[in-house]
Amino acid sequence: MGKIFTGFWGVMAFLVSFASFAASDPKPEQYQLNLRSGVTDISQQVYDLHMTIFWICVVIAIIVFGAMLWATIFHRKSRGVKPATFHESVKVEIAWTVVPFIILIGMAIPATKTLIAMEDVSAPDVSVIVTGSQWKWHYKYMDNEVEYYSVMATQPEQIANKLEKNINYLLEVDRPLVIPTNQKVRFLITSDDVIHSWWVPDFAVKKDANPGFINEAWARVEKPGIYRGQCAELCGKDHGFMPVVVIAKEPAEYAAWIEEQEELQRKAKEEEQKLLAMNMDMDELMTVGERVYNTTCAACHMPNGEGLPGVFPALKGSDIALNDMQKHIDVVVNGVSGTAMQAYAKQLSMKELAAVITYERNAWGNDTGELVQAKDVNAVLNGQ
Amino acid sequence: MSTVTNDIHHDEHHDHHDHKPSGIKRWLYTTNHKDIGTLYLWFAFIMFLIGGAMAMVIRAELFQPGLQIVDPNFFNQMTTVHGLIMVFGAVMPAFTGLANWMVPLMIGAPDMALPRMNNWSFWILPFAFLILLMSLFMEGGGPAFGWTFYAPLSTTYSNDTTALFVFSVHIMGASSIMGAINVIVTILNMRAPGMTFMKMPLFVWTWLITAFLLIAVMPVLAGAVTMVLTDKFFGTSFFDAAGGGDPVMFQHIFWFFGHPEVYIMILPAFGIVSQIVPTFSRKKLFGYSSMVYATASIALLSFIVWAHHMFTTGMPVGAELFFMFATMLISVPTGVKVFNWVATMWRGAISFEIPMMFSLAFIVLFTIGGLSGLMLAITPVDFQYHDTYFVVAHFHYVLVTGAVFSIMAATYYWLPKWTGKMFDITLAKWHFWCSLISVNLLFFPMHFVGLAGMPRRIPDYALQFADFNKWISLGGFAFGLSQLIFLALLIKACRKKGEPVSAQVWDGAEGLEWEVPSPAPYHTFETPPVVK
Amino acid sequence: MSHSRQAENKKVVIKLVAVVFGMFGFGFALVPLYDVFCAVTGINGKTSNEAAVYTNIEVDKSRLVTVEFITRTNTGMPWQFETQTRRVEVHPGEMYQVDFYAKNPTQRDIVGQAVPSVSPGTAAIYLNKTECFCFEQQPLKSGAETVMPMRFYVDPELPKNINFFTVQYTLYDVTSDAQEIAMNRG
Repeated sequence: MGKIFTGFWGVMAFLVSFASFAASDPKPEQYQLNLRSGVTDISQQVYDLHMTIFWICVVIAIIVFGAMLWATIFHRKSRGVKPATFHESVKVEIAWTVVPFIILIGMAIPATKTLIAMEDVSAPDVSVIVTGSQWKWHYKYMDNEVEYYSVMATQPEQIANKLEKNINYLLEVDRPLVIPTNQKVRFLITSDDVIHSWWVPDFAVKKDANPGFINEAWARVEKPGIYRGQCAELCGKDHGFMPVVVIAKEPAEYAAWIEEQEELQRKAKEEEQKLLAMNMDMDELMTVGERVYNTTCAACHMPNGEGLPGVFPALKGSDIALNDMQKHIDVVVNGVSGTAMQAYAKQLSMKELAAVITYERNAWGNDTGELVQAKDVNAVLNGQ
Repeated sequence: MSTVTNDIHHDEHHDHHDHKPSGIKRWLYTTNHKDIGTLYLWFAFIMFLIGGAMAMVIRAELFQPGLQIVDPNFFNQMTTVHGLIMVFGAVMPAFTGLANWMVPLMIGAPDMALPRMNNWSFWILPFAFLILLMSLFMEGGGPAFGWTFYAPLSTTYSNDTTALFVFSVHIMGASSIMGAINVIVTILNMRAPGMTFMKMPLFVWTWLITAFLLIAVMPVLAGAVTMVLTDKFFGTSFFDAAGGGDPVMFQHIFWFFGHPEVYIMILPAFGIVSQIVPTFSRKKLFGYSSMVYATASIALLSFIVWAHHMFTTGMPVGAELFFMFATMLISVPTGVKVFNWVATMWRGAISFEIPMMFSLAFIVLFTIGGLSGLMLAITPVDFQYHDTYFVVAHFHYVLVTGAVFSIMAATYYWLPKWTGKMFDITLAKWHFWCSLISVNLLFFPMHFVGLAGMPRRIPDYALQFADFNKWISLGGFAFGLSQLIFLALLIKACRKKGEPVSAQVWDGAEGLEWEVPSPAPYHTFETPPVVK
Repeated sequence: MSHSRQAENKKVVIKLVAVVFGMFGFGFALVPLYDVFCAVTGINGKTSNEAAVYTNIEVDKSRLVTVEFITRTNTGMPWQFETQTRRVEVHPGEMYQVDFYAKNPTQRDIVGQAVPSVSPGTAAIYLNKTECFCFEQQPLKSGAETVMPMRFYVDPELPKNINFFTVQYTLYDVTSDAQEIAMNRG
């Protein structure tokens, strides 16, 4: 299958990179009033355009509201004024049709310039395929054998107000996207299920991820740092919990990082093949399975396995979790087309898949007593 | 503008043989435009309170970061149903109610042209919303895909109660279409002798144009929900790439309806303000004919700007430029309207009765919403604003402080005509000032959190948005409570408490509706007035 | 109300009802209209799903365009699906062939449907495919594998600023739809 890797090494590498970048992570500003000017030439242009339009609007507002205020103060009945009788003036009416039109042209020119600057279709230095699915992002580097899922890392206890919320609450992921600075990075954006929207405010990039179609956007980031954004299109229950985190590194550092990742992912694959022959016992499967279940499956099927009636099916006491094991593995590994059930073959290692399926068949009173091993998963995946 | 030459006593003469059945039957079987108008208005107000209660749930959840009150799935149902109720249940029926009451009175017609259909178009509405609200209590809950119901979230990935949602929208659509047909036929055929098109009050004009918009786009909405239904339950693939469809096409069809729809919700408001401002400025409306042309051009332009809601879907740059320019162009006729209102006030003799206060607030706050709309039209910056709270701020400024404020202004303006008694002015002042302050506390900071990067339709948010959200929620609760003052005032008014008023009610008021007695008799203009 | 007025009203109502039905129909007519719109402007990077005919057109040897290929399988589609050429440099007007490998590793027979998408979208209308596996549904028996060809040329009219574009194929499992169609025919 060649697309599977275990998460451990990747996570370690990211923790290291996180630590080295934490210093340059700008603190979110309380009572922030305005757009950020961002870290690309385009985002700066967008910011300038935003300010230009904003000030034009302020001037228009001052003139209109000023005239209104003047009238309400000086032309009020209580001052004993006699109302005038004029009720039309072709000249004035032409003037306030033509003048706004001219102002609009003044706005349209810089807007068109910026829009055309955004439409740069020249060859990129780095391409990343960004795939949205409920409710996580998947990044795949076109020219390197590196791909991974990026899932929100905020603990459920923080969301449930049981733990103190940390500074990047809801804006932190387990594995951020890493890109080089001062190179043109192209994002090819698509989706596995519903429409999502990949948004990084500091790049002025927001593009919808449409299932079955690709969209592209690009950024040339000038400053190394950590940049945070969120999914911007309602995509179902956990739409508010699918952040985007991008780390921009100096090209040399990026090159080292991507090489390291390729190596790690290759090793992980080898290791997995070796582990296929190994059987795990019930305790181990259940421990790993519970952890995987809670991070991956509980969002829909709920921690108690009861699902959300009418929305997401229950696993507790369900036919599929109690009977046909092959079918169960097939559903988890390949997903079910036309439903929210995703394919987990790429998201989890075979060991994790085996563990989580075992867990589902033995938790919450689903006492089948059956064990699923990595080789059973492999059999379904690769038809052996 | 017009004077009535026949004597009004004729109408009073009819008063004593009004054979209206009493009790519930009167309201169920009524074909009287005034009764139906009253029904529409009360229905809209009840829906406004229900939709508002949902907004309170939303704001309570967003009061502070973390999940406290509702789960994300229910939160999504709240945002969805809040939107549907406010658009189709509150604002649109309120305008239809005002049209029912006022259009025949303003053009000198005895009733609406199609009184039986009028009864129908009202009485199917409660069922539409009953079905929608019922779905919230069924397994899986109600619609949770936003009032815009983008496919495939509303098709493949929705639950089975989507069928109820579709059914409900069909009924709402049928109701609006029947209402619109009635308005058009009434205005085209039932005008009093001498009431030429260019003598019609602006409220009538704006409603005529709105009604044409309604019959043009409500069927398209019906088509869109039908496609959602067949995609979900009958195996078609209009919006599914696997079967050769395209989810982005849904958005094109939806917004082809959706953009004219937003003008459906604001054009009658323009009409109302154009009635009220001249009355209390004691001066004729400035630029009557340019107001009519501006309204018509806004309506026409509304058909070629729909894709400005979809700049981030990935359109070719040529299309983006076209929709940007067309959208910017709409600000010209809209600007003309605002300038005309200001010019009407200019050198008038202004007094500040409650309807005028709401109208002045409308002009200022709607202009703020219009200017943020202009900012949103600029494609490159829209990439930053799109689907953030900046958009939420924009459309609440045009819909709440725009459409809803105009409906309140209209209610205060015509309420004495309906009941024959002046409403409780002290309560009305409380209602106005509480609403004005709280609504700005509610919606103004949304601009800031939107620009700072808070996406819309999220049940929980990052910590840097916490302070503003607290203020927004407080503003929301205050605005919600302020409407209870309005409720108290309306109940009082309906029990006919207060000082009796004259036929003209307001000293600057002109038009046929002010020439029938207050309260307006059950039957009016059975013999048409002659307008000079 | 007089009879003449009722007759007048009826006339207007009939016209308006006709408009309502017309607009309901127009809502559905937007579906084919949208396809035409896409074919002209390249929205969503949709390519034609009919084979182009290659007539001897002049090859622009002076120009090199990079075409990139991506393959994806959608949720619920267990096939292995890979392009055998990730990137190819082409002269506009010249024919090229790219092969795609697919394998059905499961125990069941599956029918697949590939959906193409081009980015930037403007390039879509200049990609002419004379032969493509995406034109038809592709059945694969359990355990079977296949190599599917795609033959194409790039229209020399391709805008000068585009020298690089990406073609994505997303593979869907359409077995259930295909069975329904087969059953209806049978």
